[in-house]
Amino acid sequence: MALTREQIENIAHLARLELQPPEVPVYQESLSRILDFVGELERADTASVVAMAHPLPGLSQRLRADAITEQDHHELYQENAPQVAAGLYLVPKVIE
Amino acid sequence: MSNVHTKTLAQLAAGLRAKEFSSAELTRLFLDRIEASQPVLNAFISVTREQALAAAEAADRELAASRGGTLTGVPIAHKDIFCTAGVRTTCGSRMLDNFVSPYDATLVAKLKAAGVVMLGKANMDEFAMGSSNETSYYGPVRNPWNTDLVPGGSSGGSAAAVAARLAPAATATDTGGSIRQPAALCGVTGLKPTYGRVSRYGMIAFASSLDQGGIITTTAQDAALILREMAGFDANDSTSVDTPVPDYAASLNAPLAGLKIGLLKEFFDKGLDPENERRIREALATYEKLGATLREVSLPNLPLSVPAYYVVAPAECSSNLARFDGVRFGHRCKEPRDLLDLYKRSRGEGFGAEVKRRIMTGTYVLSAGYYDAYYLKAQKVRQLITTDFTRAFGEVDVLMGPTTPTTAFAIGAKTSDPITMYLNDIYTIGANLAGLPAMSIPCGFVQGLPVGLQLVGPHFSEAKLLNVAHLYQRETEWHTRVPERYA
Repeated sequence: MALTREQIENIAHLARLELQPPEVPVYQESLSRILDFVGELERADTASVVAMAHPLPGLSQRLRADAITEQDHHELYQENAPQVAAGLYLVPKVIE
Repeated sequence: MSNVHTKTLAQLAAGLRAKEFSSAELTRLFLDRIEASQPVLNAFISVTREQALAAAEAADRELAASRGGTLTGVPIAHKDIFCTAGVRTTCGSRMLDNFVSPYDATLVAKLKAAGVVMLGKANMDEFAMGSSNETSYYGPVRNPWNTDLVPGGSSGGSAAAVAARLAPAATATDTGGSIRQPAALCGVTGLKPTYGRVSRYGMIAFASSLDQGGIITTTAQDAALILREMAGFDANDSTSVDTPVPDYAASLNAPLAGLKIGLLKEFFDKGLDPENERRIREALATYEKLGATLREVSLPNLPLSVPAYYVVAPAECSSNLARFDGVRFGHRCKEPRDLLDLYKRSRGEGFGAEVKRRIMTGTYVLSAGYYDAYYLKAQKVRQLITTDFTRAFGEVDVLMGPTTPTTAFAIGAKTSDPITMYLNDIYTIGANLAGLPAMSIPCGFVQGLPVGLQLVGPHFSEAKLLNVAHLYQRETEWHTRVPERYA
Protein backbone atom coordinates (compact mmCIF):
# COMPACT_ATOMS: atom_id res chain seq x y z
CA MET A 1 0.00 0.00 0.00
CA ALA A 2 1.61 3.24 -1.16
CA LEU A 3 0.91 6.33 0.91
CA THR A 4 0.97 9.63 -0.92
CA ARG A 5 2.97 12.67 0.07
CA GLU A 6 -0.29 14.35 1.10
CA GLN A 7 -1.23 11.42 3.34
CA ILE A 8 2.13 11.60 5.14
CA GLU A 9 1.72 15.35 5.62
CA ASN A 10 -1.78 14.78 6.98
CA ILE A 11 -0.61 12.07 9.41
CA ALA A 12 2.23 14.32 10.58
CA HIS A 13 -0.27 17.12 11.12
CA LEU A 14 -2.60 14.85 13.11
CA ALA A 15 0.39 13.73 15.20
CA ARG A 16 1.50 17.36 15.65
CA LEU A 17 4.92 16.68 14.17
CA GLU A 18 6.69 19.11 11.89
CA LEU A 19 8.60 17.25 9.20
CA GLN A 20 11.45 18.72 7.20
CA PRO A 21 10.88 18.41 3.44
CA PRO A 22 13.53 15.68 3.00
CA GLU A 23 11.87 13.58 5.74
CA VAL A 24 8.57 13.27 3.86
CA PRO A 25 9.67 10.79 1.15
CA VAL A 26 11.55 8.75 3.76
CA TYR A 27 8.40 8.27 5.84
CA GLN A 28 6.33 7.80 2.71
CA GLU A 29 8.48 4.81 1.81
CA SER A 30 8.87 3.30 5.28
CA LEU A 31 5.28 3.77 6.45
CA SER A 32 4.01 2.25 3.20
CA ARG A 33 6.22 -0.78 3.79
CA ILE A 34 5.16 -1.07 7.43
CA LEU A 35 1.49 -1.01 6.41
CA ASP A 36 2.16 -3.73 3.83
CA PHE A 37 3.93 -5.73 6.49
CA VAL A 38 1.14 -5.44 9.06
CA GLY A 39 -1.34 -6.19 6.27
CA GLU A 40 -0.37 -9.83 6.85
CA LEU A 41 -2.84 -9.74 9.74
CA GLU A 42 -5.64 -10.05 7.18
CA ARG A 43 -4.65 -13.72 6.76
CA ALA A 44 -5.87 -14.54 10.27
CA ASP A 45 -9.43 -15.73 10.63
CA THR A 46 -10.76 -13.62 13.47
CA ALA A 47 -14.46 -13.81 12.67
CA SER A 48 -15.35 -15.34 16.04
CA VAL A 49 -12.60 -13.74 18.13
CA VAL A 50 -13.22 -11.08 20.74
CA ALA A 51 -10.48 -8.44 20.72
CA MET A 52 -8.13 -8.60 23.67
CA ALA A 53 -8.87 -5.89 26.20
CA HIS A 54 -6.34 -6.67 28.93
CA PRO A 55 -3.05 -8.60 28.79
CA LEU A 56 -4.02 -10.72 31.78
CA PRO A 57 -7.03 -12.99 31.33
CA GLY A 58 -9.98 -12.29 33.58
CA LEU A 59 -8.67 -8.95 34.78
CA SER A 60 -10.18 -5.61 34.01
CA GLN A 61 -9.14 -2.07 34.69
CA ARG A 62 -9.10 -1.32 38.41
CA LEU A 63 -10.79 1.84 39.63
CA ARG A 64 -10.12 3.80 42.77
CA ALA A 65 -12.26 6.04 44.92
CA ASP A 66 -12.51 9.59 43.62
CA ALA A 67 -10.63 11.07 46.55
CA ILE A 68 -7.72 13.49 46.79
CA THR A 69 -4.55 11.56 47.56
CA GLU A 70 -1.86 13.91 46.25
CA GLN A 71 -0.26 16.99 47.77
CA ASP A 72 0.14 20.14 45.70
CA HIS A 73 3.60 19.89 44.12
CA HIS A 74 3.14 22.42 41.36
CA GLU A 75 6.26 24.43 42.17
CA LEU A 76 8.43 21.33 42.04
CA TYR A 77 6.80 20.13 38.83
CA GLN A 78 7.09 23.52 37.17
CA GLU A 79 10.86 23.49 37.62
CA ASN A 80 10.84 21.38 34.44
CA ALA A 81 8.55 23.71 32.50
CA PRO A 82 10.03 25.79 29.65
CA GLN A 83 8.07 28.91 30.62
CA VAL A 84 6.10 29.68 33.77
CA ALA A 85 4.71 32.83 35.37
CA ALA A 86 2.59 33.21 38.52
CA GLY A 87 2.29 29.44 38.77
CA LEU A 88 0.91 29.17 35.24
CA TYR A 89 2.37 27.46 32.17
CA LEU A 90 2.90 30.00 29.41
CA VAL A 91 2.02 29.29 25.78
CA PRO A 92 1.59 31.59 22.76
CA LYS A 93 -1.68 33.52 22.74
CA VAL A 94 -4.57 31.25 21.74
CA ILE A 95 -7.54 33.64 21.76
CA GLU A 96 -7.23 36.96 19.96
CA MET B 1 39.56 -6.19 45.96
CA SER B 2 40.97 -8.13 42.99
CA ASN B 3 38.34 -9.56 40.66
CA VAL B 4 35.56 -8.25 42.89
CA HIS B 5 33.85 -6.90 39.77
CA THR B 6 33.35 -10.43 38.44
CA LYS B 7 31.46 -11.53 41.53
CA THR B 8 27.73 -12.07 41.30
CA LEU B 9 25.35 -9.75 43.10
CA ALA B 10 24.65 -12.52 45.63
CA GLN B 11 28.40 -12.83 46.33
CA LEU B 12 28.78 -9.06 46.62
CA ALA B 13 25.90 -8.87 49.08
CA ALA B 14 27.50 -11.65 51.14
CA GLY B 15 30.90 -9.90 50.97
CA LEU B 16 29.35 -6.68 52.26
CA ARG B 17 27.79 -8.49 55.20
CA ALA B 18 31.09 -10.27 55.97
CA LYS B 19 32.87 -6.85 55.81
CA GLU B 20 35.23 -8.08 53.08
CA PHE B 21 34.73 -4.68 51.48
CA SER B 22 32.56 -1.67 52.13
CA SER B 23 29.77 -0.40 49.92
CA ALA B 24 31.78 2.79 49.33
CA GLU B 25 34.75 0.72 48.07
CA LEU B 26 32.49 -1.37 45.88
CA THR B 27 30.66 1.65 44.53
CA ARG B 28 33.91 3.47 43.73
CA LEU B 29 35.23 0.36 41.96
CA PHE B 30 32.20 0.15 39.66
CA LEU B 31 32.07 3.93 39.11
CA ASP B 32 35.72 3.84 38.01
CA ARG B 33 35.00 0.95 35.66
CA ILE B 34 32.03 2.81 34.19
CA GLU B 35 34.03 5.98 33.62
CA ALA B 36 36.95 4.09 32.06
CA SER B 37 34.60 2.25 29.69
CA GLN B 38 32.49 5.23 28.66
CA PRO B 39 34.57 6.46 25.67
CA VAL B 40 34.24 3.03 24.05
CA LEU B 41 31.02 1.41 25.25
CA ASN B 42 28.88 4.51 25.95
CA ALA B 43 26.69 2.35 28.18
CA PHE B 44 25.61 5.26 30.38
CA ILE B 45 23.80 8.54 29.79
CA SER B 46 24.43 9.86 33.31
CA VAL B 47 26.86 8.69 35.99
CA THR B 48 25.69 9.76 39.44
CA ARG B 49 28.98 9.56 41.34
CA GLU B 50 28.17 11.92 44.19
CA GLN B 51 24.73 10.51 44.94
CA ALA B 52 26.12 6.98 44.64
CA LEU B 53 28.90 7.57 47.13
CA ALA B 54 26.53 9.27 49.57
CA ALA B 55 24.11 6.33 49.30
CA ALA B 56 27.00 3.88 49.72
CA GLU B 57 28.17 5.61 52.87
CA ALA B 58 24.65 5.49 54.27
CA ALA B 59 24.53 1.78 53.41
CA ASP B 60 27.86 1.24 55.16
CA ARG B 61 26.44 2.78 58.33
CA GLU B 62 23.49 0.38 58.13
CA LEU B 63 25.82 -2.56 57.58
CA ALA B 64 28.08 -1.50 60.44
CA ALA B 65 25.05 -1.54 62.72
CA SER B 66 24.08 -4.96 61.31
CA ARG B 67 20.88 -3.48 59.88
CA GLY B 68 19.52 -3.35 56.35
CA GLY B 69 18.31 -6.02 53.97
CA THR B 70 19.69 -8.57 51.52
CA LEU B 71 20.68 -5.91 48.99
CA THR B 72 21.95 -3.15 51.30
CA GLY B 73 25.02 -1.49 49.79
CA VAL B 74 24.91 -3.33 46.46
CA PRO B 75 25.46 -0.94 43.53
CA ILE B 76 23.35 -1.28 40.39
CA ALA B 77 22.46 0.79 37.30
CA HIS B 78 19.00 1.98 36.29
CA LYS B 79 17.84 2.15 32.70
CA ASP B 80 17.27 5.82 31.91
CA ILE B 81 13.57 5.14 31.33
CA PHE B 82 12.97 5.02 35.10
CA CYS B 83 12.29 8.32 36.82
CA THR B 84 14.85 9.06 39.53
CA ALA B 85 14.11 11.97 41.88
CA GLY B 86 16.48 14.88 41.44
CA VAL B 87 18.41 13.08 38.69
CA ARG B 88 18.16 13.76 34.96
CA THR B 89 15.92 11.18 33.27
CA THR B 90 16.17 11.39 29.47
CA CYS B 91 14.66 8.16 28.10
CA GLY B 92 17.40 8.39 25.48
CA SER B 93 15.70 11.39 23.85
CA ARG B 94 16.52 14.99 23.06
CA MET B 95 12.92 15.63 24.15
CA LEU B 96 13.88 14.96 27.78
CA ASP B 97 17.50 16.12 27.64
CA ASN B 98 16.80 18.70 30.35
CA PHE B 99 14.26 16.73 32.38
CA VAL B 100 15.03 16.26 36.07
CA SER B 101 12.46 13.91 37.50
CA PRO B 102 10.59 15.28 40.52
CA TYR B 103 9.89 11.77 41.82
CA ASP B 104 11.14 8.18 41.90
CA ALA B 105 9.58 5.39 39.86
CA THR B 106 8.08 2.76 42.18
CA LEU B 107 10.71 0.26 41.07
CA VAL B 108 13.47 2.77 41.91
CA ALA B 109 11.89 3.63 45.27
CA LYS B 110 11.52 -0.05 46.18
CA LEU B 111 15.14 -0.83 45.35
CA LYS B 112 16.27 2.29 47.20
CA ALA B 113 14.31 1.12 50.24
CA ALA B 114 16.05 -2.25 49.91
CA GLY B 115 19.38 -0.43 50.26
CA VAL B 116 20.52 -0.60 46.64
CA VAL B 117 22.99 2.09 45.51
CA MET B 118 22.37 3.68 42.08
CA LEU B 119 25.53 4.08 39.97
CA GLY B 120 23.94 5.94 37.09
CA LYS B 121 21.43 5.86 34.25
CA ALA B 122 22.01 3.38 31.46
CA ASN B 123 21.83 4.31 27.79
CA MET B 124 18.91 2.98 25.73
CA ASP B 125 17.10 3.33 22.44
CA GLU B 126 15.06 6.54 22.34
CA PHE B 127 11.83 5.96 24.30
CA ALA B 128 12.77 2.24 24.21
CA MET B 129 11.99 2.10 20.49
CA GLY B 130 14.72 0.08 18.88
CA SER B 131 16.50 -3.26 18.90
CA SER B 132 20.10 -2.11 18.61
CA ASN B 133 20.53 0.91 20.89
CA GLU B 134 21.28 2.99 17.80
CA THR B 135 18.27 5.31 18.14
CA SER B 136 19.58 6.90 21.36
CA TYR B 137 20.07 10.68 21.18
CA TYR B 138 23.25 10.04 23.20
CA GLY B 139 24.84 7.80 20.58
CA PRO B 140 24.96 4.04 20.18
CA VAL B 141 26.13 1.63 22.87
CA ARG B 142 28.78 -0.85 21.74
CA ASN B 143 28.80 -4.56 22.44
CA PRO B 144 31.55 -5.43 24.96
CA TRP B 145 32.25 -8.70 23.10
CA ASN B 146 33.04 -6.84 19.89
CA THR B 147 32.80 -3.08 19.80
CA ASP B 148 31.94 -2.99 16.08
CA LEU B 149 28.66 -4.67 16.96
CA VAL B 150 25.42 -3.55 18.58
CA PRO B 151 24.53 -4.68 22.11
CA GLY B 152 20.87 -5.11 21.15
CA GLY B 153 18.10 -2.91 22.45
CA SER B 154 16.31 -1.18 23.74
CA SER B 155 18.03 -1.95 27.08
CA GLY B 156 21.43 -2.01 25.35
CA GLY B 157 23.17 0.09 27.99
CA SER B 158 21.88 -2.14 30.80
CA ALA B 159 23.01 -5.33 29.03
CA ALA B 160 26.42 -3.96 27.99
CA ALA B 161 27.02 -2.65 31.52
CA VAL B 162 26.37 -6.03 33.11
CA ALA B 163 28.32 -7.92 30.42
CA ALA B 164 31.37 -5.68 30.90
CA ARG B 165 30.93 -5.93 34.68
CA LEU B 166 30.40 -2.18 35.05
CA ALA B 167 27.55 -3.08 37.40
CA PRO B 168 26.49 -6.43 38.83
CA ALA B 169 22.91 -5.76 37.72
CA ALA B 170 20.90 -3.20 35.81
CA THR B 171 17.18 -2.55 35.65
CA ALA B 172 15.59 -2.72 32.21
CA THR B 173 12.23 -2.76 30.45
CA ASP B 174 10.74 -5.09 27.88
CA THR B 175 7.94 -4.07 25.51
CA GLY B 176 8.78 -6.42 22.62
CA GLY B 177 12.03 -8.04 23.73
CA SER B 178 14.01 -5.10 25.09
CA ILE B 179 15.35 -7.06 28.08
CA ARG B 180 15.80 -10.50 26.52
CA GLN B 181 17.25 -9.55 23.12
CA PRO B 182 20.13 -7.38 24.48
CA ALA B 183 20.71 -9.92 27.27
CA ALA B 184 21.15 -12.60 24.59
CA LEU B 185 23.43 -10.50 22.40
CA CYS B 186 25.61 -9.50 25.38
CA GLY B 187 25.75 -12.94 27.06
CA VAL B 188 23.92 -12.05 30.27
CA THR B 189 20.73 -13.11 32.08
CA GLY B 190 17.56 -11.13 31.41
CA LEU B 191 14.18 -11.47 33.09
CA LYS B 192 10.94 -9.93 31.83
CA PRO B 193 8.31 -10.58 34.51
CA THR B 194 4.59 -11.16 33.97
CA TYR B 195 2.71 -8.04 32.85
CA GLY B 196 1.59 -6.29 36.04
CA ARG B 197 4.14 -7.99 38.32
CA VAL B 198 6.39 -4.91 38.55
CA SER B 199 4.86 -1.44 38.77
CA ARG B 200 5.02 0.77 35.69
CA TYR B 201 4.64 3.94 37.78
CA GLY B 202 7.48 6.29 36.89
CA MET B 203 8.59 4.10 34.02
CA ILE B 204 8.25 6.36 31.00
CA ALA B 205 5.45 4.81 28.93
CA PHE B 206 5.93 3.46 25.41
CA ALA B 207 3.15 0.88 24.90
CA SER B 208 1.24 0.56 28.14
CA SER B 209 -0.38 -2.84 27.53
CA LEU B 210 3.03 -4.38 26.75
CA ASP B 211 5.60 -2.49 28.86
CA GLN B 212 7.08 -4.37 31.79
CA GLY B 213 10.02 -3.57 34.03
CA GLY B 214 12.58 -6.25 34.80
CA ILE B 215 16.23 -6.91 35.42
CA ILE B 216 19.48 -7.85 33.72
CA THR B 217 22.03 -9.73 35.83
CA THR B 218 24.78 -12.29 35.37
CA THR B 219 22.83 -15.10 37.06
CA ALA B 220 19.27 -16.28 37.63
CA GLN B 221 19.98 -16.28 41.35
CA ASP B 222 20.72 -12.54 41.24
CA ALA B 223 17.57 -11.92 39.23
CA ALA B 224 15.59 -13.79 41.91
CA LEU B 225 17.04 -11.60 44.68
CA ILE B 226 16.23 -8.37 42.87
CA LEU B 227 12.81 -9.35 41.57
CA ARG B 228 11.68 -10.06 45.11
CA GLU B 229 12.45 -6.46 46.03
CA MET B 230 11.02 -4.75 42.97
CA ALA B 231 7.84 -6.77 42.38
CA GLY B 232 4.53 -6.18 44.09
CA PHE B 233 1.28 -4.29 44.05
CA ASP B 234 1.27 -0.55 43.51
CA ALA B 235 -1.89 1.54 43.74
CA ASN B 236 -0.23 4.07 41.41
CA ASP B 237 -0.28 1.63 38.48
CA SER B 238 -3.81 0.69 37.48
CA THR B 239 -2.63 -2.58 35.87
CA SER B 240 -0.45 -3.62 38.81
CA VAL B 241 -1.56 -7.02 40.04
CA ASP B 242 -2.31 -7.65 43.70
CA THR B 243 -0.89 -11.15 44.22
CA PRO B 244 1.74 -12.06 46.84
CA VAL B 245 5.42 -11.88 45.87
CA PRO B 246 7.08 -15.22 46.63
CA ASP B 247 10.65 -15.64 47.85
CA TYR B 248 12.02 -16.40 44.40
CA ALA B 249 15.39 -17.51 45.80
CA ALA B 250 13.79 -20.20 47.98
CA SER B 251 12.82 -22.46 45.07
CA LEU B 252 15.92 -22.03 42.91
CA ASN B 253 17.21 -25.53 43.57
CA ALA B 254 13.98 -27.48 43.16
CA PRO B 255 14.82 -30.57 41.06
CA LEU B 256 13.76 -30.54 37.41
CA ALA B 257 12.91 -34.24 37.15
CA GLY B 258 9.65 -34.55 35.23
CA LEU B 259 9.75 -30.97 33.93
CA LYS B 260 7.93 -30.82 30.59
CA ILE B 261 9.66 -28.52 28.14
CA GLY B 262 7.91 -27.45 24.96
CA LEU B 263 10.08 -26.59 21.96
CA LEU B 264 8.47 -23.79 20.05
CA LYS B 265 8.24 -25.24 16.56
CA GLU B 266 7.72 -21.81 14.98
CA PHE B 267 11.02 -20.59 16.48
CA PHE B 268 13.14 -23.27 14.83
CA ASP B 269 12.37 -21.86 11.42
CA LYS B 270 14.48 -21.00 8.41
CA GLY B 271 15.37 -17.62 9.90
CA LEU B 272 17.33 -19.22 12.75
CA ASP B 273 21.07 -19.34 12.14
CA PRO B 274 22.17 -23.04 12.10
CA GLU B 275 25.09 -22.46 14.50
CA ASN B 276 22.80 -20.63 16.93
CA GLU B 277 20.36 -23.53 16.65
CA ARG B 278 23.14 -25.97 17.56
CA ARG B 279 23.83 -24.08 20.81
CA ILE B 280 20.11 -24.10 21.64
CA ARG B 281 19.86 -27.86 20.97
CA GLU B 282 22.90 -28.46 23.20
CA ALA B 283 21.23 -26.52 26.01
CA LEU B 284 18.07 -28.58 25.56
CA ALA B 285 20.18 -31.75 25.84
CA THR B 286 21.51 -30.43 29.17
CA TYR B 287 17.93 -30.09 30.36
CA GLU B 288 17.22 -33.69 29.37
CA LYS B 289 20.21 -34.71 31.45
CA LEU B 290 18.62 -32.84 34.36
CA GLY B 291 15.52 -35.00 34.05
CA ALA B 292 13.32 -32.84 31.84
CA THR B 293 11.39 -34.19 28.87
CA LEU B 294 11.17 -32.37 25.55
CA ARG B 295 8.33 -32.20 23.12
CA GLU B 296 7.60 -30.04 20.14
CA VAL B 297 4.75 -27.57 20.53
CA SER B 298 3.18 -25.55 17.75
CA LEU B 299 1.68 -22.10 18.21
CA PRO B 300 0.20 -21.58 14.76
CA ASN B 301 -0.62 -17.89 15.18
CA LEU B 302 2.78 -16.94 16.56
CA PRO B 303 4.20 -15.91 13.16
CA LEU B 304 1.68 -13.05 13.21
CA SER B 305 3.13 -11.64 16.42
CA VAL B 306 5.46 -9.12 14.76
CA PRO B 307 2.76 -7.59 12.52
CA ALA B 308 0.29 -7.52 15.45
CA TYR B 309 2.91 -5.83 17.61
CA TYR B 310 3.67 -3.18 14.97
CA VAL B 311 0.04 -2.10 15.07
CA VAL B 312 -0.58 -2.28 18.83
CA ALA B 313 2.74 -0.82 20.01
CA PRO B 314 2.80 2.22 17.67
CA ALA B 315 -0.88 2.90 18.41
CA GLU B 316 -0.22 3.01 22.14
CA CYS B 317 3.01 4.94 21.55
CA SER B 318 1.23 7.65 19.58
CA SER B 319 -1.19 8.16 22.47
CA ASN B 320 1.42 8.00 25.22
CA LEU B 321 3.84 10.37 23.52
CA ALA B 322 1.11 12.97 22.98
CA ARG B 323 2.04 14.25 26.44
CA PHE B 324 5.28 15.69 25.09
CA ASP B 325 3.85 19.00 23.94
CA GLY B 326 6.59 21.48 24.82
CA VAL B 327 4.40 23.07 27.50
CA ARG B 328 4.87 21.36 30.87
CA PHE B 329 8.28 19.68 30.50
CA GLY B 330 10.71 18.61 27.85
CA HIS B 331 11.99 20.30 24.73
CA ARG B 332 10.39 23.52 23.49
CA CYS B 333 11.21 25.05 20.11
CA LYS B 334 12.52 28.59 19.89
CA GLU B 335 10.11 31.46 19.20
CA PRO B 336 6.89 29.62 18.39
CA ARG B 337 4.54 31.57 16.09
CA ASP B 338 1.42 30.13 17.69
CA LEU B 339 0.33 27.13 19.77
CA LEU B 340 0.18 24.72 16.82
CA ASP B 341 3.66 25.76 15.72
CA LEU B 342 4.88 25.24 19.30
CA TYR B 343 3.51 21.68 19.37
CA LYS B 344 4.72 20.74 15.92
CA ARG B 345 8.22 22.15 16.07
CA SER B 346 8.87 21.10 19.68
CA ARG B 347 7.89 17.53 18.79
CA GLY B 348 9.55 17.57 15.38
CA GLU B 349 12.84 18.72 16.93
CA GLY B 350 12.60 16.74 20.18
CA PHE B 351 11.88 13.29 18.75
CA GLY B 352 14.29 11.22 16.65
CA ALA B 353 13.51 9.55 13.33
CA GLU B 354 12.36 6.14 14.65
CA VAL B 355 10.15 7.64 17.35
CA LYS B 356 8.48 9.85 14.75
CA ARG B 357 8.00 6.84 12.50
CA ARG B 358 6.20 4.96 15.27
CA ILE B 359 4.09 7.93 16.32
CA MET B 360 2.96 8.35 12.70
CA THR B 361 2.32 4.63 12.22
CA GLY B 362 0.20 4.69 15.37
CA THR B 363 -1.61 7.86 14.34
CA TYR B 364 -2.46 6.28 11.00
CA VAL B 365 -3.78 2.97 12.35
CA LEU B 366 -5.94 4.79 14.90
CA SER B 367 -7.25 7.41 12.47
CA ALA B 368 -10.88 7.53 11.39
CA GLY B 369 -11.78 4.72 9.02
CA TYR B 370 -8.74 2.57 9.73
CA TYR B 371 -9.28 1.57 13.38
CA ASP B 372 -11.17 -1.65 12.63
CA ALA B 373 -8.84 -2.77 9.85
CA TYR B 374 -5.68 -2.33 11.90
CA TYR B 375 -6.02 -1.85 15.64
CA LEU B 376 -9.10 -3.97 16.25
CA LYS B 377 -7.78 -6.69 13.94
CA ALA B 378 -4.42 -6.69 15.74
CA GLN B 379 -6.07 -6.98 19.16
CA LYS B 380 -8.03 -9.98 17.85
CA VAL B 381 -4.85 -11.60 16.52
CA ARG B 382 -3.29 -10.87 19.88
CA GLN B 383 -6.10 -12.86 21.47
CA LEU B 384 -5.42 -15.76 19.07
CA ILE B 385 -1.72 -15.75 20.01
CA THR B 386 -2.57 -15.63 23.71
CA THR B 387 -4.96 -18.57 23.29
CA ASP B 388 -2.16 -20.50 21.53
CA PHE B 389 0.10 -19.97 24.55
CA THR B 390 -2.65 -20.97 27.01
CA ARG B 391 -3.21 -24.18 25.07
CA ALA B 392 0.54 -24.93 25.06
CA PHE B 393 0.78 -24.44 28.81
CA GLY B 394 -1.91 -27.08 29.21
CA GLU B 395 0.65 -29.55 27.89
CA VAL B 396 4.04 -28.27 29.05
CA ASP B 397 5.51 -26.37 32.00
CA VAL B 398 7.85 -24.09 30.12
CA LEU B 399 8.46 -23.19 26.48
CA MET B 400 11.99 -22.90 25.14
CA GLY B 401 13.65 -21.68 22.01
CA PRO B 402 16.17 -19.13 20.80
CA THR B 403 15.95 -15.52 22.01
CA THR B 404 17.26 -14.14 18.71
CA PRO B 405 17.75 -15.52 15.18
CA THR B 406 21.46 -14.60 15.11
CA THR B 407 24.24 -13.29 17.33
CA ALA B 408 24.95 -9.54 17.50
CA PHE B 409 25.11 -7.66 14.19
CA ALA B 410 27.24 -4.73 13.05
CA ILE B 411 26.45 -1.16 14.04
CA GLY B 412 24.69 0.42 11.06
CA ALA B 413 23.84 -2.91 9.41
CA LYS B 414 20.07 -2.68 9.89
CA THR B 415 19.37 1.02 10.36
CA SER B 416 18.29 1.68 6.78
CA ASP B 417 15.39 -0.76 6.82
CA PRO B 418 12.92 -0.61 9.73
CA ILE B 419 11.29 -3.96 8.90
CA THR B 420 14.63 -5.81 9.05
CA MET B 421 15.22 -4.19 12.44
CA TYR B 422 11.71 -5.07 13.65
CA LEU B 423 12.25 -8.73 12.74
CA ASN B 424 15.03 -8.95 15.35
CA ASP B 425 12.31 -9.34 17.92
CA ILE B 426 10.53 -12.14 16.08
CA TYR B 427 11.05 -14.64 18.92
CA THR B 428 10.49 -12.28 21.85
CA ILE B 429 7.32 -10.33 20.97
CA GLY B 430 4.89 -13.23 21.58
CA ALA B 431 5.49 -13.17 25.35
CA ASN B 432 4.72 -9.44 25.48
CA LEU B 433 1.49 -9.77 23.51
CA ALA B 434 0.32 -12.48 25.91
CA GLY B 435 1.71 -10.76 29.05
CA LEU B 436 3.86 -13.79 29.92
CA PRO B 437 7.07 -13.91 31.96
CA ALA B 438 10.17 -14.84 29.98
CA MET B 439 13.93 -15.02 30.34
CA SER B 440 17.05 -15.18 28.24
CA ILE B 441 20.10 -17.01 29.58
CA PRO B 442 23.53 -17.48 27.99
CA CYS B 443 23.89 -20.92 26.38
CA GLY B 444 27.12 -20.79 24.40
CA PHE B 445 29.00 -18.87 21.76
CA VAL B 446 29.17 -18.70 17.98
CA GLN B 447 32.43 -17.23 16.68
CA GLY B 448 33.13 -15.61 20.02
CA LEU B 449 29.66 -14.07 20.34
CA PRO B 450 27.07 -15.08 22.94
CA VAL B 451 23.85 -16.97 22.16
CA GLY B 452 20.73 -16.73 24.36
CA LEU B 453 18.27 -19.46 25.27
CA GLN B 454 14.75 -18.16 25.81
CA LEU B 455 12.40 -19.52 28.48
CA VAL B 456 8.71 -18.59 28.52
CA GLY B 457 6.32 -19.62 31.28
CA PRO B 458 2.65 -19.21 32.23
CA HIS B 459 1.52 -16.02 33.98
CA PHE B 460 3.22 -15.51 37.37
CA SER B 461 5.59 -18.48 36.92
CA GLU B 462 8.72 -16.39 37.58
CA ALA B 463 9.78 -18.69 40.44
CA LYS B 464 9.68 -21.71 38.11
CA LEU B 465 11.53 -19.90 35.31
CA LEU B 466 14.25 -18.76 37.71
CA ASN B 467 14.53 -22.30 39.08
CA VAL B 468 14.83 -23.73 35.55
CA ALA B 469 17.43 -21.12 34.61
CA HIS B 470 19.39 -21.52 37.84
CA LEU B 471 19.77 -25.29 37.51
CA TYR B 472 21.12 -24.83 33.96
CA GLN B 473 23.60 -22.27 35.29
CA ARG B 474 24.72 -24.78 37.95
CA GLU B 475 25.59 -27.20 35.13
CA THR B 476 27.22 -24.74 32.75
CA GLU B 477 29.60 -21.80 32.91
CA TRP B 478 28.52 -19.69 29.92
CA HIS B 479 27.10 -17.04 32.25
CA THR B 480 30.48 -16.63 33.97
CA ARG B 481 32.30 -15.63 30.77
CA VAL B 482 33.47 -12.03 30.67
CA PRO B 483 34.72 -10.23 27.54
CA GLU B 484 38.54 -10.31 27.70
CA ARG B 485 38.96 -6.57 27.87
CA TYR B 486 36.68 -6.35 30.92
CA ALA B 487 37.73 -9.55 32.73
